Formats: sequence, C-alpha cells, structure tokens
Amino acid sequence: MSSQGIGASVRRTEDMRFITGRGRYTDDFNLPRQTHAAFARSPYPHARITGVDTSAAKDVPGVSSVLTGADMAADGLGGLPCGWLVKSKDGSDMKQPPHPPLAAERVNYVGEPYAIVIADTPAAARAGAEAIIADFEELDAVAAVDQAIHAATIHPEAPENRCYLWSLGEEEATNEAIEAAAHVTSLKIVNNRLIPNAIEPRAALANFDASNGEITLYTTSQNPHLARLILAAFVQIAPEHKLRIIAPDVGGGFGSKIFVYSEETAVAWAAKRIGRPVKWTATRSESFLADAHGRDHVTHADLALDADGRFTALRVRTTANMGAYLSTFASSVPTYLYGTLLAGQYKTPNIHVEVEAVFTNTAPVDAYRGAGRPEATYVLERLVETAARELNMDPAELRRKNFIQPEDFPYQTPVALEYDVGDYEASLNKALELIDYKGFPERKKEANARGRKRGIGFSCYIEACGLAPSQLAISLGAGVGLYESGEVRVNPTGSVTVYTGSHSHGQGHETTFAQIVASRLGIPFEDVEIVHGDTGRVEFGLGTYGSRSAAVGGSAIVTATDKVIRKGARIAAHLLDADLDEVDFEDGIYKHRSSNASKTFGEVAFAAYVPADYPNDLEPGLSEKAFYDPNNFTYPAGTHICEVEVDPDTGTVEVVTFVAVDDFGTVINPMIVEGQVHGGLAQGIGQALFEHGIYDDFGQLITGSYMDYCMPRADDLPSFKVDTTVTPCSHNPLGVKGCGEAGAIGATPAVINAITDALGIREIEMPATPERVWRACKTAAEGGQ
Amino acid sequence: MNVTLTVNGSHHAVDVPADTLLVDLLRTELGLTGTHVGCDTSQCGSCTVIKDGVSVKSCTVLAAQAEGASITTIEGLGSADDLHPMQAAFRECHALQCGFCTPGMIMAAVDLVRSAKANGAALDERSVREGLEGNFCRCTGYHNIVRAVLSAAAQMEATS
Repeated sequence: MSSQGIGASVRRTEDMRFITGRGRYTDDFNLPRQTHAAFARSPYPHARITGVDTSAAKDVPGVSSVLTGADMAADGLGGLPCGWLVKSKDGSDMKQPPHPPLAAERVNYVGEPYAIVIADTPAAARAGAEAIIADFEELDAVAAVDQAIHAATIHPEAPENRCYLWSLGEEEATNEAIEAAAHVTSLKIVNNRLIPNAIEPRAALANFDASNGEITLYTTSQNPHLARLILAAFVQIAPEHKLRIIAPDVGGGFGSKIFVYSEETAVAWAAKRIGRPVKWTATRSESFLADAHGRDHVTHADLALDADGRFTALRVRTTANMGAYLSTFASSVPTYLYGTLLAGQYKTPNIHVEVEAVFTNTAPVDAYRGAGRPEATYVLERLVETAARELNMDPAELRRKNFIQPEDFPYQTPVALEYDVGDYEASLNKALELIDYKGFPERKKEANARGRKRGIGFSCYIEACGLAPSQLAISLGAGVGLYESGEVRVNPTGSVTVYTGSHSHGQGHETTFAQIVASRLGIPFEDVEIVHGDTGRVEFGLGTYGSRSAAVGGSAIVTATDKVIRKGARIAAHLLDADLDEVDFEDGIYKHRSSNASKTFGEVAFAAYVPADYPNDLEPGLSEKAFYDPNNFTYPAGTHICEVEVDPDTGTVEVVTFVAVDDFGTVINPMIVEGQVHGGLAQGIGQALFEHGIYDDFGQLITGSYMDYCMPRADDLPSFKVDTTVTPCSHNPLGVKGCGEAGAIGATPAVINAITDALGIREIEMPATPERVWRACKTAAEGGQ
Repeated sequence: MNVTLTVNGSHHAVDVPADTLLVDLLRTELGLTGTHVGCDTSQCGSCTVIKDGVSVKSCTVLAAQAEGASITTIEGLGSADDLHPMQAAFRECHALQCGFCTPGMIMAAVDLVRSAKANGAALDERSVREGLEGNFCRCTGYHNIVRAVLSAAAQMEATS
C-alpha cells in the first residue's frame, strides 16, 4: 500500500479551504442586481385559503414583487412529484395528491409556503412576507401517525388519509409459524420523528440569462442532476438543457438535501419571472418547519422462536407517516428500504411485513440518514434483545445461534434481497472483545455500589446500500435508474480531471476518489482533481445518498479509468512498436514485456494530444467515461454494543462505552470511514436519547428551534471505539460496501437495549429523556412493568 | 450608522443600518464568508469569531457593539501556507467533514485553549467537551474534534 493509495488515511484535499474559511457554500455566492426572497408560510396545519391580499406587502419599502400560489398556478407550473411509485397489496397505485410548490387553494401543514416576496434586502423581503394579509378557513387537522385514518381527510384523492397499504413476504406461512411457535415475543415500537438539521440551512440563488434563456440555480443539493430532471420534466421551470444546477460546497445533508423542495423551485421560477437574480437562505426556524423530517413509525411486531431459540417467523405491522405531501422519495423509505431489511443478519424462514402509509398535517417525511434501514433494525434488534431476556438467554448467543453463516452466501432472504457476502460472527466476536463483555458483570456491580444502574445493549444490523440496480429499482417503482456516471479526462500534461455524478457534502470524495484514480493510474495523488456538483460540468449523475458513492460512483470512476488505461496501452504499443498484448501497465508505466522498453503514463497522454507518431485507427485524445449500474445492493453489516449508566435519582443516561465493529468491505480511506461511523453514531444516539420532532394534537410544531429540539452536543456524547472486519463486496470492482449510514442504523437499538437492561424493564420510548427514564426507574422500583 | 473596527488586522469604516449584526457586516459588507450562520438563536456557534481576544457568537453581536473592536475571523487566523496549530490539528485529526461548522468550531476552540491557559487549567476530554457545548457539529459526532483540540492545545503549549 502506498502512502496515498487505497487503504491509506490520506488527509483530505478539501480541508484546506474549509479550515481557512475559503469554502464556498450557496449563501456565499452573490450576483449583480441580486434580490432577496422570503416566504409567507401557513400558520395553520390545515386550512382553505380564501384570500391573499398582497397590497400592503407591495408597499413595504424595498419590496419589488409578491408572487402567490395563484400566480404560479396561472403560469402553468407543475407540482413536485414523488419519484417512487409504490403499489398497495391489492395492486392499486399509491395515492399521490398534487403538491404545488406554492399553495394556492389549501395549506396542509404549518410552514407550507403560499407566497414569495422579492425585495432589495433580506430584511425587506421578510417584512413584506409579514405584511401579506391572508384569509384562512381553518379545517380539522391531524398530526399523529396512529390517528390519521380516523381523522378529517386531507386530500380528496386519499380517502382515510391512506397513501398505500403495502406488504411483502408470505403472510399465511408467517402466521402459521407464529401459531406453532414455542415462544413469541411481541412489542409495540414507536420510531420517533426526527428533524435532520444539517448545520447549513437550505439555500438557493437563481439567475435567468435572457441572452440564452438559461437558468442557473445555485442550491444546497445532494443530487443536482436529479433536481434538474425534476424541475425540467415535471415542474417545467425550463427545458433540461437550459437549466444548470450548481451544488457547490454543501454543509451536510443526511438525506434532507436530496429532495426537490418548494422554496428552491419558487426561487428559480421567480428569477425568470422578474428577470433578476433571486436569493433565499432558510432561517433555522424555516429548516425546522419545512425540511423533510425523518422516521415517525408506529409498529406492532412479533418474533416467533422454537424451543431451541431459533427464529421461526417475524410479523411486522407498521404505520408510517408521510406528512402532508409525498416528498421526492418518501414512498420508498418505509417499503423497499424497510421491509426488505427485516431479515437482518438472521436465518428467519418466514417473514411478513405490512406497511400502511398515511398523510397527516405535518411537514413531509422522507429519507433521513439510513432511511428505512434504521427503522427496520430498531424493530428487529429490540425484538431479539427482548426475546433473549424473556428466554433467559445471553443476547449475544441468541444472535449467534440465528446468524446466517459465511457458507450460506449468497443468501436469499424471505424479503426479496440476496445478500452476497458477510461474516457476522467475526464482527460480533471483535465487538465482544473490544467491550470486554466478560468483565461486564463486574462493572455492573461496581456501578451499583456507586448508586448507578449499568446496562449493556446489542445491535447486529444489516443495511442494503449501493443504491441500486436500475432495472430492479425501476421494476419496484423507481422513476429513475440508480446507476452512476464517471468521467476521467487526462490532460495533455498527464494530470487528470475526474467528473463524478456523486456529490460530496462532507464525505470527502475529493480525497477518496482521487486515491482511487491515482493508485490505479500510478500517478501522484496531487495530479488528480475531482469535479462534482455542477450539471454544467458533469454530464449526468444520481447524486449521493444511501451510502452509494464509493460502491456505485467509485465503480463508475474505476470503469472509466480502466478504459483510459486500455486506450493508453494501444498508444503505448504503437510508440513501443510492440503488440498490444505484449504491453503491461503497472505503477504508471507501460512496459513492453519482451524488450523492457517503456513509456510513462504522462508520455502516452502527451502523445494522445500531440499525435505525431500515433496509430492510424485511433482517435486522438485520452478521455473516457462510464456509467456503472450495480447488479446487486451491497450489504454492510456489523455489531454495535453500548454500555450505559443511569442515575436513578435524576434519570440521566450516560453512554459510558460505545463499540462499533463494521464490515464495509474494502476500505479506501480508514480515517474518513471512521469519521463517517462517528457521525452516524452521534445521530443514532441522538435519536435514542435526545431528538424528537413533536407536533401538538392540533398540528403545531412544538420543537421549532434549537431551544426545543435537543441536538446532541459535545458533552452529551462519549468517544467511540470503532473497528472493522472485512469481507469484500463480491460484485463491484473495488469490493466496497458503503459506510455512511451504519452508525445511525446500528446505534439506536443498542442504546435502548442498554437502558432497558440497566433498569430491568421491557420497554422505554425514544427519546429516553431524563423524565422518561426517571419515571421508568420509579415504576420499576414500585414493582411495575 | 458608521462603524469603525479592525478585522484581521485591517482597519474598516462601514456605514450600515443600526440593526446590522456583526456576522452580516463580516459576510456582506466585508465579504468574509468564512463565518457562517447556522441558526437564529445563538445555539449552533457556526458564527463564532474572536472579538478583542474573546470568542463571541457574531449573530448575537450588533455591528455597533463592535465599534473600535478588533475582530479575528477564520480568514485571519492562519493561511494555507501558515496554518494556526488549531487549523492544522483539525485537518490532521479529521475533525471536519462538511466544513460548515468548522470555522466557528475552530475559533471557539482557540479561545477555549486560551482561556484554559489564562486560568491555569489543563484541558482534558471532559473539559473540551464542556467547553465546546455551544458549537454544534452534525457530521463528526465530536470524537475527532475533541482529539484535534487536545492535540492543538499541546502544540500551542509547546510553542508558546
């Protein structure tokens, strides 16, 4: 391994601009004649708009225009589509109510925008938005996921507020196995609503160039090409070739910046309409109200075991909150990214899952770090841990007994996926060792002596990453393929510019992808530049989410790089007067096997652009592209173990030790991979202990600021012990599986399993706040539960 | 109103509305976009700068309150050729991912090390975590930030 090749913890290229304040985020861009936008938003969760009086707003000094939902409708703009069509179990299509970017007739959640105000300054725009006088006729609203079907209908297209009723697996066989089981563990499981909170708020800056009819939109996107496709094909802001989307440095996404939102759409539309650049940057309050939220499931689940403790069946019934509208990928999250993961790491022969997706008067819910997979893991790992306790078995041993074994791969689960490779016991064993499992009883005793209750909790998760084989995804309802593009342009001097459809918003692609290309071409790391996030420079791409960048985007880059190497070999063979099959390429040098004569990669690149002595049947230039379409998902998996101490007097929970052992396949940059795990763990622990997006019974968001929504802070978290095991992915050229979401998937059940172990209780709702923990301690002490 | 102040060693006189925040003066008037805004409630700390030697959240300081003050922003802390030990440690320890909270985090950390030294206190993991609880990071889980601050603190101690 070279110091900068695959497997090296190369320090990041992008860091130099970030640590010196030279990063360029959307809000850092300004254009001549720029205006500023603010949005008027619904104060009601559900209402009919009976009138919007903009006259006072137009009189506010500095305000130049006020555009309403009615204006947008009159311009003939389309609605925001959902990109994944899920079918109900009866074969009917999901209900997809129209989603106008600016509401014109009805508002369906607090914070839904219905007008955009354009002014000379942000303050004037905000004052203008305040001055709009709108009349609303308030309607009955519902926020809670488990009350939606009994509430007032939100969309006439969706009776009982039902979007779909989806199922997967063999229902009858599952029910029979549960009937016949020696033991059944049943739980009601609530997966709390989360608000993503990338620290950079969403922002947009749009410009219409009248000279060529092109709109340029700078925006905080994880997938600018998808945004362009949707805005062109569905919303019809501009034809695709007249729309350029630039997602420059983006300050975190975690899913929330995948989606095409009302505000960015309205800004692009307004810029064309008024003929001046329009800029909008969300306040944090707007982020809370109008970023797509995550999770929000209520589930009833049963795990059946035989007398030996082998899992015989799993039955899952989930109600999933979609919010007021279907966001870009909302429908796929509680179905194909959730139900398909319920086999976990286990050989459960019968699984049946049924998911009812419902509309409520809340912000749309969509993918948030892990997206469906954390919810599945939480259901399964809570059940398994609870079953172990009920059967008085060691939770590690119960899992071990049920693991899919290395010789079982490829393993077809009862819920559609075929796992290619894995070694679950290897991760479990390493994690047990790292946490010193044998020493736990002693540590618990010692904590007891200090008046603290100590508990340990496990989570053995699997995820399906590397989204996704296009034909499979499209057959299941995806509206787009999920391949990725990569282009490797060799410059005449031998340096290389790489264009990727992946997008980095913290993942470090400029480093990792350069490691891949430099090591493959045998050229210095510094000679490789990675370009991403601009539809005007990168031809097409699907962006970054679902831990897909290395597995799919990286594979596209490898494929393009190999094409470059092959073309270079033809040039080298000519220059060396050798047969093509006599030329080897290694460490940046083409070598004639028999004569040992050689040409460097740089010499070959130069010859490609200055083709004086050059093959007659070969085009000049050295630039290749590839679209890589995976033929399966990748399956990262691992074991996370958490130890907590609870203070029964205050209910506070301290995460004392957290061990994560993950199998991500081949690791390109261990430093970056560890960082991804750390961040995911913080979000997973955050869900378990702190974070909760709460609407009151009337649909008002209670947690609308950092005063109310508890973000994990530095002093809330421990340092983590992370390690890896490696079974390389069997079907992509790098052997990589993806690491971005593992922490958020694995951590949450481990924490809750540890708390319930510490208190000797069966269940506690997330987040396990001091109040909830204190009450649980009290109930337990009084002999309850 | 007129505000005169020194930013990163340069003298500036600017005419801004009276309700202008220091962060807006820095970003909009002076084009120093390294200082970021992540919230409306002074919780996230992305806007942290050093004012007269002490870290402040510049979204909670009026430009008028900076009259006569000396401000250091991330752009003035160190350059690519001559990084401040805290900047270097953040890169070395992979204490940043998306980079958005990073300028504020670095400025807060620089002040944390300074104030610990002034108080004769040695920093450890616990005190670094408590000292940075006013700065959110959503990417790193803070693990590597804590490592970086401790590493930089040792470096700053050794070179001072």
